[in-house]
Amino acid sequence: MSIVATVRVQTADFDVAAEIATLTAGRTDIGAVVAFAGLCRDEGGALSALELEHYPGMAEDEITRIAADALGRWPLTGLTAIHRHGLIHPGENIVLVVAASAHRCAAFEAADFMMDFLKTRAPFWKKEHPRAGGGDWVAAKAEDDEAGERWSGLSAR
Amino acid sequence: MKLVYFAWVRERIGRSEEERSPPPTVKTVGELLGWLKTLGEEYENALVHPASIRVALDRQHADHDQPLGAAREVALFPPMTGG
Repeated sequence: MSIVATVRVQTADFDVAAEIATLTAGRTDIGAVVAFAGLCRDEGGALSALELEHYPGMAEDEITRIAADALGRWPLTGLTAIHRHGLIHPGENIVLVVAASAHRCAAFEAADFMMDFLKTRAPFWKKEHPRAGGGDWVAAKAEDDEAGERWSGLSAR
Repeated sequence: MKLVYFAWVRERIGRSEEERSPPPTVKTVGELLGWLKTLGEEYENALVHPASIRVALDRQHADHDQPLGAAREVALFPPMTGG
């Protein structure tokens, strides 16, 4: 059975439990579900909000390409990726990846892979709105690029 | 071609999109960045470090040595910081 990933780019919040339930509903072949949620943190009280800009159309396309790559690398039985855009406040959700498989290893690795490439290839940009006023774009981190590169020599298992 | 800009590239150029017709000598992504840089101070500011600018041709990531080909929508943006 070929699995099609669920990819959504939206301003609205998501419900982690509901997304897991949707992925596993009626299935008896899933032995492992790994969910990763990325939240907005307040940087010790300094941040009032994050503004997430995205490239409409390409954001969905690129996440779908990353998801197809993950589905080709691991024997997954389900995969969901949701990325929010717009103004997001500390404590709120930003991103969700849910990976399901018969065994845990594939689910863990696929979720990790999805997050590495969501960070380095999906067209989203964060702008910080500090409590003190002003605001600046978050700089890309070299360690995020390195995290993406660690998958390049790895073949599907 | 339609040019679209995001994040600080958009802010520095001062618009989110525009139509431009580069001269026929502009054949690659890198050459397009070099040409845009000559269009005024705001472009110069946005493209001061061309190597750090990421480009997508018709919504797919492209390297700077890639030919523009028949791309209709060319996007310029900083390294991505989503996730």
